[in-house]
Order: sequence, then C-alpha cells, then structure tokens
Amino acid sequence: MSDTTKSFEGWIAPRQPPSGTVGAVGWMRENLFSSIGNSIMTIIGLALIVYTVPGIIDWAFLSADYTGESRKDCTSDGACWALVAVRWKQLFYGFYSTSPGGGSLWRPNLAFIGLLIAVVPLLFDNVPYRRYLLLFSLVYPVLAWWLLSGGFFGLDEVSTHKWGGLLLTMVIGVVGIALSLPIGIVLALGRRSDMPAIRMLCVIFIEFIRGVPLITLLFMASNMLPLFFPEGIDLDKLVRALVVVVAFSSAYMAEVVRGGLQAIPKGQYEAADAMGLSFWKSMFLIILPQALKIVIPGIVNSFIGLFKDTTLVLVIGLFDILGMAKAAVTHADWIGLAREAYIFVGVVYFVFCFSMSRYSIWLEEKLDTGHKR
Amino acid sequence: MAKAAAKKAPSRAKKTGNGAAKPAAKKPDLSASEGVAIQCIGMNKWYGDFHVLRDINLTVNKGERIVICGPSGSGKSTLIRCMNRLEEHQEGQIIVDSIELSNDIKKIDEVRREVGMVFQHFNLFPHLTIMENCTLAPIWVRKMPKAEAQDVAMSFLERVKIPEQANKYPGQLSGGQQQRVAIARSLCMNPRIMLFDEPTSALDPEMIKEVLEVMVDLAQTGMTMLCVTHEMGFARQVANRVIFMDEGQIIEQNEPGEFFDNPQSDRTKLFLSQILH
Repeated sequence: MSDTTKSFEGWIAPRQPPSGTVGAVGWMRENLFSSIGNSIMTIIGLALIVYTVPGIIDWAFLSADYTGESRKDCTSDGACWALVAVRWKQLFYGFYSTSPGGGSLWRPNLAFIGLLIAVVPLLFDNVPYRRYLLLFSLVYPVLAWWLLSGGFFGLDEVSTHKWGGLLLTMVIGVVGIALSLPIGIVLALGRRSDMPAIRMLCVIFIEFIRGVPLITLLFMASNMLPLFFPEGIDLDKLVRALVVVVAFSSAYMAEVVRGGLQAIPKGQYEAADAMGLSFWKSMFLIILPQALKIVIPGIVNSFIGLFKDTTLVLVIGLFDILGMAKAAVTHADWIGLAREAYIFVGVVYFVFCFSMSRYSIWLEEKLDTGHKR
Repeated sequence: MAKAAAKKAPSRAKKTGNGAAKPAAKKPDLSASEGVAIQCIGMNKWYGDFHVLRDINLTVNKGERIVICGPSGSGKSTLIRCMNRLEEHQEGQIIVDSIELSNDIKKIDEVRREVGMVFQHFNLFPHLTIMENCTLAPIWVRKMPKAEAQDVAMSFLERVKIPEQANKYPGQLSGGQQQRVAIARSLCMNPRIMLFDEPTSALDPEMIKEVLEVMVDLAQTGMTMLCVTHEMGFARQVANRVIFMDEGQIIEQNEPGEFFDNPQSDRTKLFLSQILH
C-alpha cells in the first residue's frame, strides 16, 4: 500500500508518536495522572490499598486457624476457617447424607461432575465430540434427578427436604436458568403475537409476575397452593419453589428477549419473509440468533440475579448455602463467627456469578461479526 | 413482522376483493397466461385511510424487464412489495406465476419461493457469513443438500464477482459488495421473477456501477425483472418498459425510448425534467 502512495509529491511519511504517549509510561500518564485531580485520587487510592490489604491478608490467611473442633480451638487473632472445615458437609449438601433416609455424597458429586460435562458443549461450540456430549446434555436432567433423588434402579430415595446447602442452590439455580430462557423466549414471542388471546395471556402472566415480589410468590406457593389441591395431594416443597423461581425469572427473561426482538430492524424480518421462510424458521434462523446476541448482557444479568435470588427460598424453610451458614453460626460451637461464614458463602456465590459474567463477555466478543448498526 | 401483518389482513381483502367488486375475468386470465409472469387487476391498497395504490392494472410478461420510477411517496415500492405480499392489498387481484395472492400462507410462501427480492438496504443477515446467507433459503426452504447449495451459491457469487468474500461477514463488506451478495442470495433460490426495490439508492456513488453491471448481466439472461430505480441510464439500457407512477397511480408506461424522448403527460415531463438535469 505504502509503495504505491509514496510516489506522489508532498507525501507525508508516518512518524513515531512523541515519547511518553505510548507504553507503560504513556498508559500511566493517561490513566493515572492525567490531571491534578486524578493524580490525587491515584495517590489516595494507593494509600488505601497499602493501608488495608496487608491487614486483610494477614487476617484471612497468615494468622488464620484452619483446623479445630469448635471456635475454642481458634486461638489466633485471624479468621477461624475451622468452621468451614468442620461444617463443609452441611454448607455443600445440607442434610443429604445424614441418616435416617440420607444418601451417600458420591451421588451429588457425580451429579455435579455430570453437570459440568453437560454444560460445556452448550457453552462452547469447539468441544471435541460435541454432538455426543449434547445428547448427554439432553438426558442429563433425568440422570441428575435420578442420582439426587433416587428411589429406583438401586438408589435409595433421598427426600428433597434433606437437600440443602450449595446443592440446593445449584438445583434451583440450574433449573431456573435452564428453563427460564426457553420459556422467556416463548413468552416474548407470544407477547408480540398477532393472536389477541395469546398476546393477552402472555401480557397478563408477565405483568402479574413482575408486579409481585418473589418472596410473596414463594409464600403463596408454600401456603396457598395446597388449599387449591385436593386433599392428600401434596406437592413437594422444592418443586413448588422451583415452579415459582422458574415462573419469576421467565417473566423477566421475556422482557429482556422482547427488547432484543424490538432491536432487530424490520428489513431482517422482510428479507426472511421474502425468501419464503416460515414464521418459526425465520425466528430460529434469523431473528432470535441476532436478538439473543444483542441481549446477552441482559440475559446473563437475569441469570446472575436469579442465582442469587435462590437464597430467598429460606423463607419457606428450604436451607440453601446461606441458610446453612446462618444455621452454623447460631450453633453454640461456632457462635460469633458470622464473618467467616458469610465471607465463605460470599466467595462461593462470587465464583459462580463472576464466571457467568466472564462467559458472557467472552461470548459477546466471539459472536461479534463486525456489524454495527 | 410482515408475515404477521399478512396474516391479519385476510378478512377484509376477501370481502372487498372477491365479493363486491369482482373483476370481470378471473379464471380466463390464469389459463391464458402462459407468457404472463405477474398480473394486477384492479388492485387497490390503503394504509389506514391513505389510498396508496389506486386501480392498478398491470401485466408483466415473462422475460420482461420493467423499470418503475416516480417521485417519492408515489407508491412504487409499495407496488412491488405487494407482489410478494410483504404488503397486502385490500382490493382487486394480484396473480404471480399463476398463483393468486390471498391470505393463504401456503400460497404466499409458494409465491415467495419463486420471487426474489433485493432491498434498498440489502438486508443481509449480519450474523451469518456470505456463504451462509446464500445457502440458508435453499437449504431450509428448498430442502437442498448443503453441499449442493454451497456449489450453487459459489457459482452465483462468482457471477456477481465476489467469490473470495464467501467466508466473510456482511459487516466486513462495502455497500456495493453487500448489494451484490444480496442479488446472489436471491438468485440462489432460482427465482423466476426478481424484484428490485431501489437497489442502488443507499450506495455510495462509486459503488452504483458495480451493482448495475450485475443487474444488466442478469437482464441479459432473460430474467423477468421489476425494478424500482431512478437510474435512468439503466432503464434505457435494459428495460422493455418504463412505468411512471404518481400518487399511487400508473400515469404512463412506454418503452424506454418513447418514454424518455416523447413523454405524454405533463406530470411525466415535469418529473423527467427534474431528474435528468
């Protein structure tokens, strides 16, 4: 390129940028010390880091106790992680393995490993043997239900009221995430339907759910639903919670997806129609791939919100990981160790939510085809 | 959502179109139309209260190349969009390739399979590569095997002179290239009729020529073409007939030599004097 353009008269050759505008110095100058105000902020920020971080590291790691039977064994000034070391079973599995009626822990563990195997081909399209893995993803829900709940094919039944801790959080979170997206898409399409009955139904559902707090819905499901069922039929408490969580997040998801549908230019619908694609084909091949891509941040936002909202099932007597942590710190052995318990729970939540957030950013970049509207 | 709109419209069209103002000959036209590609009989369309197309009677023969021009808002785009039912008409008949357009979704899809359309803003699918854009409809509508669809697509991409862009995304192409892809994409469905809705008006001046060249090339293959455009050079070069529209009516139609050199109505003269500086 330059060879051809160099030829004409008065051509200006490209020069190096002035020193101090590129590289590490340039970056610092631009981002940390671009003005007096920013320089002061930078110094204050640095001072805060120097002042707090060593103390935090010391408390959390250096002078922490990692082993012990109760809080009396924690003699140092630091954190008492013995709490986690002793109570990890409850924090992770609730009362899953306690007798009578409990099951062995390999079952939830295997279910978790299965979840990873089932999720990977859904998240990444360059996995080897993806086709077969996707088949596994398809049967995984049944497999996981059998592993966790048992009752046939040689596994003892473990009643859902024994499920708890992270296991319960994961069950509600994963079921909610897996079902809310497809249901949300259907609701969003329904809300834009030409058929008034379908449109009204979707609008009423979405607006009712969005108008009522999740806690209210959970209370209604646990206290009022049984009144509508005939005597003797008792819907499992966990199933009720799942239904509410799925319905709740689907309504929000529907609005997120609707936003994406509205962002697609009319020309895309017309081009799809003009080719003779049927409604469903044009939706699944043309419109939804684009609409969902636009709203990835919104979708993942809903997922993260949903994952954290699962902890509200505490109000109907289901003990997720936060419920278990709360139970632990009210126990006589561990009383007063709220900091350790909640920090641990916070870290666990953070790992999951942050992963989802990073995945969403990665996916957005991957799907970017350079098309700016 | 054009499909949705199409679904909604039927009841009204039936009442007015097939009931009250029944056009004289309905059947004979279908049978006697060996050489007829599109026929509009007493066609009317309203947007709400606004009467966009008024008593359109138009017969397009197979292999004919028609250029439609007229001031903006004259209904020319609406007219060709009615021909593949992106817009529905409320009165009269449109018969495309011996299929009458009504609310019957199956018939509409049948017509759309045979009629290609090129839009002003290309409307390529930005999430698919050029190749995928071209093979999508053959695979999903025509049920063509993927390999065959790719061969067909490649041959058309070669014809519009951009085979090397096959694996890029539309966002990486210039406007002219995108429009040529859009033409190739339509041709991949092997249509009998091609509709062009102002194919060059969204292009930079430098890129108009490359698109027009492709269209001229296409015209030489004997494709039936209806083209809304203001490229009068193109009209002179390839059209059999130029149609001038204003206020939703066909004011004048003639073969291009006569049309440009000897326009009949004052409205046409005024229009021509304004666009041919």
